[in-house]
Amino acid sequence: MASGIRDKVAIVGMGCSRFGERWDCGPDDLMVEAFGEALLDAGIERDRIEAAWLGVFFDEQSTGKSALPLSMALRLPNIPVTRVENLCATGTEALRGAVYAVAAGACDIALAMGVEKLKDTGFGGLPERTKGSFEDLYLPGSTAPGSFAQLAGAYASKYGYKMDDLKRAMAHVSWKSHENGALNPKAHLRNRISIDQVLNAPMVSWPLGVFDCCGVSDGAACAIVTTPEIARSLGKRDVVTVKAMQLAPSNGVEMGHNSWDGSCTLTTPLAAARAYREAGIDKPREQLDLIEVHDCFSITELVIMEDLGLSDRGKAPRDILAGRYDRGGSIPCQIDGGLKCFGHPIGASGLRMTYEIYLQLLGRADKRQLPSPSMGLAHNLGGIPNRNITSIAIFGLHQA
Amino acid sequence: MHAPTHITGIGAWIPRLRLARATIAKATAWASPSANAQAKGARAVCNWDEDAITMAVEAGRLAIADARRSQTDIGIASINLASTTLPFASRDDAGLVAAALDADSATATLNVTGSLRAGTNALIQACLAARPALVIASDARVAQCASPQEMAYGHGAAALCLTPDATDAAKQDVLASVLGFAQVAVDFVDHYRMAGQTFDYALEERWIRDEALARFPPETIQRALQTAGIDAAQVQHFVMPGPVAAIKKIAQNAGLINAALADALHADCGDTGTAQPLLMLARVLEQAAAGELMVLAAFGQGVDAIVLRVGARAAGQRSQAVATALARRCDEPDYVRYLSHAGLVDVGFGMRAERDNRTAQSVAWRKRRATTAFAGGSCARCDTVQFPLARVCVNPDCRATDTQKEYRFADSLGRVKTFTEDWQAYSARPPYIYGNVGFAEGGNLFMEFTDLAAGELAVGDQVRFVFRIKDVDKLRGFRRYFWKAVKA
Repeated sequence: MASGIRDKVAIVGMGCSRFGERWDCGPDDLMVEAFGEALLDAGIERDRIEAAWLGVFFDEQSTGKSALPLSMALRLPNIPVTRVENLCATGTEALRGAVYAVAAGACDIALAMGVEKLKDTGFGGLPERTKGSFEDLYLPGSTAPGSFAQLAGAYASKYGYKMDDLKRAMAHVSWKSHENGALNPKAHLRNRISIDQVLNAPMVSWPLGVFDCCGVSDGAACAIVTTPEIARSLGKRDVVTVKAMQLAPSNGVEMGHNSWDGSCTLTTPLAAARAYREAGIDKPREQLDLIEVHDCFSITELVIMEDLGLSDRGKAPRDILAGRYDRGGSIPCQIDGGLKCFGHPIGASGLRMTYEIYLQLLGRADKRQLPSPSMGLAHNLGGIPNRNITSIAIFGLHQA
Repeated sequence: MHAPTHITGIGAWIPRLRLARATIAKATAWASPSANAQAKGARAVCNWDEDAITMAVEAGRLAIADARRSQTDIGIASINLASTTLPFASRDDAGLVAAALDADSATATLNVTGSLRAGTNALIQACLAARPALVIASDARVAQCASPQEMAYGHGAAALCLTPDATDAAKQDVLASVLGFAQVAVDFVDHYRMAGQTFDYALEERWIRDEALARFPPETIQRALQTAGIDAAQVQHFVMPGPVAAIKKIAQNAGLINAALADALHADCGDTGTAQPLLMLARVLEQAAAGELMVLAAFGQGVDAIVLRVGARAAGQRSQAVATALARRCDEPDYVRYLSHAGLVDVGFGMRAERDNRTAQSVAWRKRRATTAFAGGSCARCDTVQFPLARVCVNPDCRATDTQKEYRFADSLGRVKTFTEDWQAYSARPPYIYGNVGFAEGGNLFMEFTDLAAGELAVGDQVRFVFRIKDVDKLRGFRRYFWKAVKA
């Protein structure tokens, strides 16, 4: 009987580049920036890393396919490098590869790197790419905001919200993240915004205005993982361990079966249930001290609060407006500013979320530091509500 | 003369968008001062995703549905497609229409083109062939900015289901029967459009009236009446596109002294080219009384004249396809947007519009039943319908392998589950509207909506499906088609 990943692997070093429109940087520069910080944090010789995982989504954009972008950028000593891609869950997938390798005993120390260089497309938003030779023939040429905007109408219709009322709760989601992001020197967008600004912003995809959408940024983040024993042997007093790593991809039900009503995700509740079980969490609303969720759009974060079981069905707007997920609330969400303020360099985002939880657990989050958190959750939603991949990773302090 | 051929079904499609002639005049009177005098009524214009093919499919679907009222198996042996604006010069346009209509692959397909008589000629060819046929005429002529044609032309399609031998039951449901016809070919260049050119080049109306219209149509009509054994004075309806004064004169010269002139649909549609005679015929048949006689004629480097008798179908049961198409309208207030849809101005839509829409033709062929006929699957194990048809059933409680039979969604109804109006995505007519549609029978499809403006759609709305241009491949000149949802 498998025992799961809980406490088998520790994170000993993490790094995160500054996120933003890094016109002066390519993906190699961003990776070097993140890796330098992680190596210093881990306090190891870089040749002790025995294997690496690289997460990149838009390989055709600028980074390239395969192991080579990472191996060559860091001049790794020809160690095994695996490139992974799982839509917006790509960064967390890279981490899962490294974590599983250490847990399996295949290596002692492994690296997970996520990177994306988006700002070489020449226009705002995510690049336009073909969906595949058959799907281009019938699926809409949808954008990310247009695909996620779908949630709002279905949610409002299902629970009887007027769109104006739902939009106020969505505006609070964005406002709260900017309040947090303003305190984070690595965030792309560091301005504070008002609720009125959000509500009156130009429309991108109805009902999502500009401030309902996360930024588009360049960035990289990475983690060096090992066993808790080796972490302690390296002199680490507080050790952050992986409590759960779960993944749930769609199987086509949302796309093709009429049972899905379009107001929620089907995969996040499944991944959450597995992750809570793996982490030994039975009361997530009480046991999670902070969460970083996939707030690509305000409505996504709102719906995810319910899909993670943190708000009752139909009640997320109430909880959001009551401040439950604000910095001072009972479950602070996007304490680093989230995708909203960091933007979403796709391959990097999962590791960027992990980075914030790691800093918070170790008490190193500076002005954003929460009072003694011990358990945090990172959630990614790859794809679109119609077909997606949820990844959930839970991290906590290791009890020696 | 063959035995009479019966019209058992009628269909018509006029694009929803109507461009007021006052809108044209406002934009063009600086160049064409006479425009103000013509600034009455509106003309039909294609949405960006409509063309002669898509209009033909919609008119054809309606005609088939109308014919199936009284005879489930109408056994169409031939699809005759008439147009001077077929998108493909070499690819069987009628074959594409046949595929979208889910016609049997043994159906003969015929493209009739090159003359404004193509619509009536397609009808005559179907009568000569003496087997069940679907005749469709569809045209979307592009007129030069500020030209008289820009005011006169409209876009539209009409379709007729024909059979030489209706069953006894079906005979009671016949809309009209063709009693006789005559044709004459005269190489009179009233207008022309060279291959590859966009616009018609029109010659002087007065010369055409005196030298051609006054002479050839009356002779041909009289010959048609002779073949049908009908006296001109018995004819109650004269259906012929053209300037009213000229048509009146033709009626006089042909002896059609008791015939009412059919409405040329100038007020809210315009001249739809090859479709016009059939569209006008369909309009007259909506109201005509059983037994009435009519002459249908068209001019275009010669004349076609057809004599018909109105069939027995009761007044309340007659297709109102043209009335419905005329009533389904939406004002196009923006002249530049109309020019853009017609391809006459090059609008800067930004880099998102630069996406390469190359079609993998091997995939399009492999998946033709899905993309052209809108066929998905129905699981024999659990009865779940789904799109696209897949090897493994999408029902999470079934997931059986290789149990699906083809199931066609073209005539289904759906309900809007989710949607957005996307201002970021490229659309030739922003916003780009798409979302999840749940089919009444089950199954869900994430798909495009069309014929909608911002603010018109709501969750819960009922939709039906139309065949439209999906994407245009500007690099290779290709266009591909798929089905879209419109408000029911």
